Amino acid sequence: MIQTDILIIGAGPTGLFTVFEAGLLKLKTHLIDALPQPGGQCSEIYPKKPIYDIPGFPEILAGDLIKNLLKQIESFEPGFTLGERAETLERLEDDTFIVTTNRGTKHHAPVVVIAGGLGSFEPRKPPIAGIEKYEDKGIAYIIRDPEVYRDKKVVIAGGGDSALDWTIFLASVASEVTLVHRRNEFRGALDSVEKVQELKNLGKINLITPAEITELHGETELTSVTITKNGAAPIQLEVDHFIPLFGLSPKLGPIGNWGLEIEKNAIKVDNSYDYQTNIPGVYAIGDVNTYKGKLKLILSGFHEAAVMCQSAYQRINPGKKYLMKYTTVSGVEGFDGSKKEAKKETVQAIY
Amino acid sequence: MSDIIIYIKDREGNKHTLLAPTDMAMNLMEVCKAYELPVKGTCGGMAMCASCQCYMLSDHQLPEMSVEEDAMLAETFYVKENSRLGCQIPITKNLDKLYVELAPEI
Repeated sequence: MIQTDILIIGAGPTGLFTVFEAGLLKLKTHLIDALPQPGGQCSEIYPKKPIYDIPGFPEILAGDLIKNLLKQIESFEPGFTLGERAETLERLEDDTFIVTTNRGTKHHAPVVVIAGGLGSFEPRKPPIAGIEKYEDKGIAYIIRDPEVYRDKKVVIAGGGDSALDWTIFLASVASEVTLVHRRNEFRGALDSVEKVQELKNLGKINLITPAEITELHGETELTSVTITKNGAAPIQLEVDHFIPLFGLSPKLGPIGNWGLEIEKNAIKVDNSYDYQTNIPGVYAIGDVNTYKGKLKLILSGFHEAAVMCQSAYQRINPGKKYLMKYTTVSGVEGFDGSKKEAKKETVQAIY
Repeated sequence: MSDIIIYIKDREGNKHTLLAPTDMAMNLMEVCKAYELPVKGTCGGMAMCASCQCYMLSDHQLPEMSVEEDAMLAETFYVKENSRLGCQIPITKNLDKLYVELAPEI
C-alpha cells in the first residue's frame, strides 16, 4: 500500500502546486491521475495554447507551465500513480483514508485533496442504441492489449490520430480492419493519413467514408454492425470487435459517489476557511470545487492549494506550532537533500 | 445600448430570451453559461470539447467556420447541417434576434 501525508487526486497545475506547498510544510505527497502523464487539461487538451493570466508570466504555453511546475516540485519527490482513476474512498476508524484506483492500487493518507479539475478523462461514447450492452463483449474504447485483435475482424470509428494510428497498427494484426469516419477528410498527422491511404490502395484495410456506425447486433457478444453511408443504403458488416475512438472528455466520475456535497458537477467546500469538503480530512481545490464567487482559474487553484496545506498540516500535526514562512527568507529544502536559498550578504570592512 | 437579444431553445424545448452585451468580447457559449443554461463549455472556448454545440435556427450571417471548429464537429455526435460550436460565435450587433437550439449533451 502506498503511504503518504497528503494524497492528491488529479495531477493538473493545482495538484502539482499542492506538492510544493505541502513540501514547504515537510509533508509528503502522492498524486493519482487517470491520464498517463501529469498536467491534466494543460497537457491533454491544450499544451500548445498560450496562457496570459498566470501572475508573473506575461505569456506561457500550457505545456511549459506544467514543465515548470514539475521542475519546481522535483525536490519534494512526489509519488505518482498515473493512468489509473481514483475509484473509492474509504474512511478508517482513525480518521485516515484509503483511496483505491480502478486497477486496485491502494493509497493510505491522513489527508485527501481532490484537485480533479473537471473530472477524469474518459473516452467519448458514441450515442448508438444498446452500446453499453456490448462493452467488453466486442466493444472497447481503449486498446489495452492489441493481441486481443489478432486474426479478428475489427471496425474502427473516428477521424483523429488515434483512429488512424490504430488502423495502421491493427492492419498487420487483425484479419480484417475497416475504418469508418463521418467525413472524407481526416484531421490526423499527415504521414498517418498518407499511410492509411496507402493501406487502402493496397487493399489491406477497408475505408468507408462519409459514414457512421448506426446499429449494433449480436445476442450477447457483438457479431455485426450497421454502417450507414451518406446517401446509400445501410450495410451490415460482420465484425468481432468495434473500437470507437472519438477522443476523451472529462467526467466527475466515481468521486461523485463518495458522499461529498455536489453542486452543479462541482464539490462544495468551505472557502471562508480551508477548502475542506463536508467530509473532514477531504479537501477540494481548483476547478473541481465550488463556492460563492468561485473563479475557475489556475491562479485560484494555486491560492487554494496554499491555504489547504496549512489546514492539512494542523490535521496531521495537531497542536504543533508553525508559522508560514517566506521562501525568500527560508529558502526551499527538498526531501532529496537539496537546499535552495538566497545568497548570503557579505560584509567587508574598508580600512 | 450595446445589448442584443438572443433566443435559446433548451434541451427540453423551452425558449429563453437572453440579453447579450456586444461590447464584452463574449461568445454564445459564455452568454449561455452566464444565464446558467445547461452548457458546460468544458474546454473554456477553444473548440476542443463540443459541449457547446448548438443548431442555428435563424438565418443570420455567421462567422466562417475555422479549421478547429470544423474538425471538432467531425468528431462529436448529434451533428446536423446547421451545427456550430457556441464558443466560436462572437456576440456582435448583427446577431440580434439570433435563434439557436442547444444540441443534446455529450
